[in-house]
Amino acid sequence: MSRIGKIARRTFLIGSAAIVGGVAFGVYAARKPAPNPLRPEEGEVALNPYVLIDADGVTIIVPKAEMGQGVQTTWATLAAEELDIAPADLRIEHGPPGKAYYNRGMGGQILPVPEYKLSGWQEALGEQLSVAGKLFNMQVTGGSTSTVDGYEKMRHAGASARETLKEAAAQQLGVARSTLKTEGGAVVAPDGTRLPYPELALAAAEIDPIVADLRPRGDWRLLGRSQPRHDQAPKATGTAEFSIDVRLEGMKFAALKRNPYQGGAMNGFDPADALAIPGVEQVVDLGDGVAVVANNSWSAMQGAEAVVFDWGAGNYPATTDAIYARFEEALKGDANSTLLDQGDADTLPQGAQEVSADYQVPYLSHAQMEPLSATAIHHGDRMELWSGNQIPIHCRAAAAEEAGLDEIAITLHTTLMGGGFGRRGFTDFTRYAARLATKMQGTPVQLLWSREEDMTHGYYRPGAIAKFRGAVQDGKAVLVDGRIAGQSATASFMKILLGIAPAGPDKIHVEGAFDQPYAIPNARIRGYLAKFDLPVGPWRSVGASINGFIFDSFIDEMAHAAGADPLDFRLQMMREEDPRSAGVLEAVRDISGWTGKTPEGVGRGVGFCYSFGTPVAEVIEVHQTEDGIKLAKAWIAVDPGLAIDPANIEAQMFGGMMFGLSAAMHQQITFADGAAEQMNFYDFDAVRMNTAPEVVEVKIIESGHRVSGVGEPGTPPAASALANALFDLTGQRARRLPLADQFDFVV
Amino acid sequence: MANLTINGETRYVDLPDEVPLLWALRDGLNMTGTKFGCGVAACGACTVQIDGEAVRSCQVAVGDVWGEVTTIEGIGTPDNLSVLQAAWVDHQVAQCGYCQSGQIMQAAALLAENPSPSDAEIDDAMSGNLCRCGTYPRIRAAIHDAASKMQEA
Ligand code: FES
Ligand code: FES
Repeated sequence: MSRIGKIARRTFLIGSAAIVGGVAFGVYAARKPAPNPLRPEEGEVALNPYVLIDADGVTIIVPKAEMGQGVQTTWATLAAEELDIAPADLRIEHGPPGKAYYNRGMGGQILPVPEYKLSGWQEALGEQLSVAGKLFNMQVTGGSTSTVDGYEKMRHAGASARETLKEAAAQQLGVARSTLKTEGGAVVAPDGTRLPYPELALAAAEIDPIVADLRPRGDWRLLGRSQPRHDQAPKATGTAEFSIDVRLEGMKFAALKRNPYQGGAMNGFDPADALAIPGVEQVVDLGDGVAVVANNSWSAMQGAEAVVFDWGAGNYPATTDAIYARFEEALKGDANSTLLDQGDADTLPQGAQEVSADYQVPYLSHAQMEPLSATAIHHGDRMELWSGNQIPIHCRAAAAEEAGLDEIAITLHTTLMGGGFGRRGFTDFTRYAARLATKMQGTPVQLLWSREEDMTHGYYRPGAIAKFRGAVQDGKAVLVDGRIAGQSATASFMKILLGIAPAGPDKIHVEGAFDQPYAIPNARIRGYLAKFDLPVGPWRSVGASINGFIFDSFIDEMAHAAGADPLDFRLQMMREEDPRSAGVLEAVRDISGWTGKTPEGVGRGVGFCYSFGTPVAEVIEVHQTEDGIKLAKAWIAVDPGLAIDPANIEAQMFGGMMFGLSAAMHQQITFADGAAEQMNFYDFDAVRMNTAPEVVEVKIIESGHRVSGVGEPGTPPAASALANALFDLTGQRARRLPLADQFDFVV
Repeated sequence: MANLTINGETRYVDLPDEVPLLWALRDGLNMTGTKFGCGVAACGACTVQIDGEAVRSCQVAVGDVWGEVTTIEGIGTPDNLSVLQAAWVDHQVAQCGYCQSGQIMQAAALLAENPSPSDAEIDDAMSGNLCRCGTYPRIRAAIHDAASKMQEA
C-alpha cells in the first residue's frame, strides 16, 4: 500500500493540518491553484503537493504515468537539483489524482501552427491554454509533454521546499536564513550544526512557502548528467508492481469478453459451458460484455472463450477494403483542414518535373507488453481501485459513475505500467473493473484482458491513405500538394478528456506533414476525415506516426526524381527554414558517414521528422543476406533543446525507433466480417533481438532551444528511413505498410 | 493440485492440474515477478527455468512440471542482486520493465550453458523474448558484461 494512501487516511481521521502524515511543498502554493490532493479533506491549502517530508525522509510526488519513459526519475531529479538531496535518498510516488497536477505542457500543441515557427507570443498563449487545461482536469501523461511540464515546476517545488526548510531552521537557531546552507538532505548552520529536513518539516509547515529563484544552469550538479533510474533494481528482480500484479486478500480473478464487432450490442449470452470449467465461479453481465470470475486468471480466460454470445453488429464498415473505400470517398468531399497553404499549389511550375505517389498505412494495436487490467473493491460506501493509466482524474470519475459514489469516495492508485504508448489514456479498462466490483460488493476483483481481447478491440491507431503530388526543379522541391484521409485519432480521446469532440480542423490528423521545416515555395496539406465508430486513438507519436512515413517518403521520392542525394536534398530546403532541424540532419550524416553511395548488397535510407517540438533524423542500413534482408545498423540524431538526462534520451530514441520499425515491418490490424483479424504476437509481431538493427550511435544535440519531449519523436522517422533504405537496396519503392508483405526480411 | 519445488522451497498449489505454471505462480502463490504477455509462447515474458532450462511457464500445466522451478524471485533481490541482475541495473536496461523478468531468466539459462556467448548466440537464445520498449541494445550489452564478470569471478 502506498504511503500516500495511509497519509491521506490518517489525515482524514484526524482532520487537522495533516502534520502527522507529512508536509508538502510547492511554489504554486502562493497562487493557490487547486486543492492539494494529498489532503482531500480540506478545501484549499497553502502547500502544494510535489515534495512531501515526514519522519522517514523526503518523497517526491510524480503525478505522471510511468510507462517506461523514465519520467519518475527525471521529475525527481528536477526537484532534487534544487533541494540538495541525493536522488538515491528520495522516494518517489505517483500520488492520488489531483487537479493541481494539470499538465502545463500541452497548450502549445493546440495551436494550429508548426511548432518550429512558434513566436514568443504564441508560446505564451500556449501556456495560457495550458492553464485553462486546469479547468478540464488535464492530469494527462501524453504528447511527449512531461519534461516540458515539469522542467520549471519541479525545480520550483524543490527550491521552495529548500528555502522554507531553511527559514524554519533560521527561526529555530535564531540566525538569518541567508547564513544557512543546504546539503545532503539537511540544513547546515555556519557552525556546522546539521538539521535534517525531517526534523524541520513540522516547523516548516507553519511557514508560508517561500518562492526562490531557480539556480542557473551553470550551477547544476544533477541535471544534464545521466542519472541512475530509481526503478532499475525492482524491474530487474520482478519486484516492481504493475497493475496486473496487484494482489489483495481474498481477491478473485476475472477475464473480460466484449463484442468483437466493436461497439455493437450484446443481445444475450449463455454461460453454461463457462461455468463447467474448473475454477470458474460466476459469469457477470457487464451490459456490453461479460466478466468471467474464477479463482485464477487462466480459468477465467478459458471461461470467457466458452461463453456463447449473441452479438449485434458494429457501426463501421465490415472489411478493411470497405474502410479504405470510405477514405477514398472522404477525399472527394470537403477538406477538414488546410493547415499548410502557401504559394500556388494548383499549378505545376513552368519547366518543373512532376512527381506523384499514393500511400497507405494500416490500423495498429498498441500491443503494450502488459495486457490491460484493473483491480477494484467496492466497500459499499467507498471504492478502492488500482489501474495503470495516463488520466487518473478521468479514471476516478468513471469509477465513481460506475460505483454510484461521489468521487471523494474513490481511492485510485495509479500503478507502474508495462508500456502504454497511448492505450492507457482511456478509461475503459478502469471503468469495467469498477463496474464488475460494483456487482460483487465486498469482494476484491482483478479484471484482466487477454492479449486477444486487447488486440481485437481498439482504440487503434487509425489507418490512412494519402495522395501526394509534387514537382522538382534544379535539384529542389518547388511544389508539394498532399491530401491525407483517415479517421480522427483524437476525436474520441478529446471527448473523454473534455466531454466534447472539438469541431474544426484536426491538427493532429495532419501533423508530421503540414508542419515540417522545409522551404518549399508552393505547398499545401489538406486533411480529410471519414467518420464511423471503429474505436481509434493516440498511438506513440499519433499523427506523426502516419504522416512521418508518408511525407518523408515523398520527400525522398522527390529527391530521387531530382537526381539529388536524399539527405542533401532535405538539408538544402531546411537550412534557412529551421537551422535546428538542419543541425540534426547534419549530425546524422556525420555519425553515419553518409556518402549517398552504398556497395552492392547494402542499402541506406535517411528519415526525418519534426514532432512534439523535437527534430529527429535516423539512418537505417539494410543488408541483403542469404536468409533475407537484415536491418543491420541504425544511427539517430536528436535535438531536445536541452538534454536533462542523456542516457534516458538515448533509450527513448532507440526505443521509439524500434517501436516504429516494428510497426513498419510487421504490424497491421485488418478487418473481416466486422471483426479484427489479428489476435496475438504470432500475427502481430515486433522487432526482436535477432531482427533489431545495431544502434551504432545516438547523437544528442543541445541547441539551447526550449526543452522539448523525447518519448515519441524517435518513432516517426523510422518507417521512412527503412523504406528509403529498402529502395536504395532493391530499387523498389514501398508506399504501403507493413513492409513484410512486400520484402523478404530475415525472421 | 500439486506440490512444486520453487526456488528451493516446496510449495503447494491449490489449483486444477491443467492450469499453467504461470498462473499457479502468479495467482496461486502470489509470485508476480513472472509476467503474462501473450499466453501462447509468443513473447517470453513468462520465462522461468525448470531444472535450469528456460521454459515458457504459460505452456506448462502445473501438473506436468518435471523438475525444480526457478523464477526471477529466486535469483536475486533488490538488496542482493545476482551478477546478471546487477549488469541489468548497470546498463539501465529496463524501460517499462515488464518483459525484463523473462529476459533475465532466458539470459541466465543462456549463460549457464554458454559462459561467453557471441552476438549470434545471443540472438538465437533471446529472439523469443519480445520487448515492446525496444531495449535490445542494452540487453545485449548487459549479457556481454555479465558474461565477462562471471568469468572473472
Ligand atoms: S506469456 Fe508465455 S510466452 Fe508470452
Ligand atoms: S522494457 Fe518494456 S517491454 Fe521490455
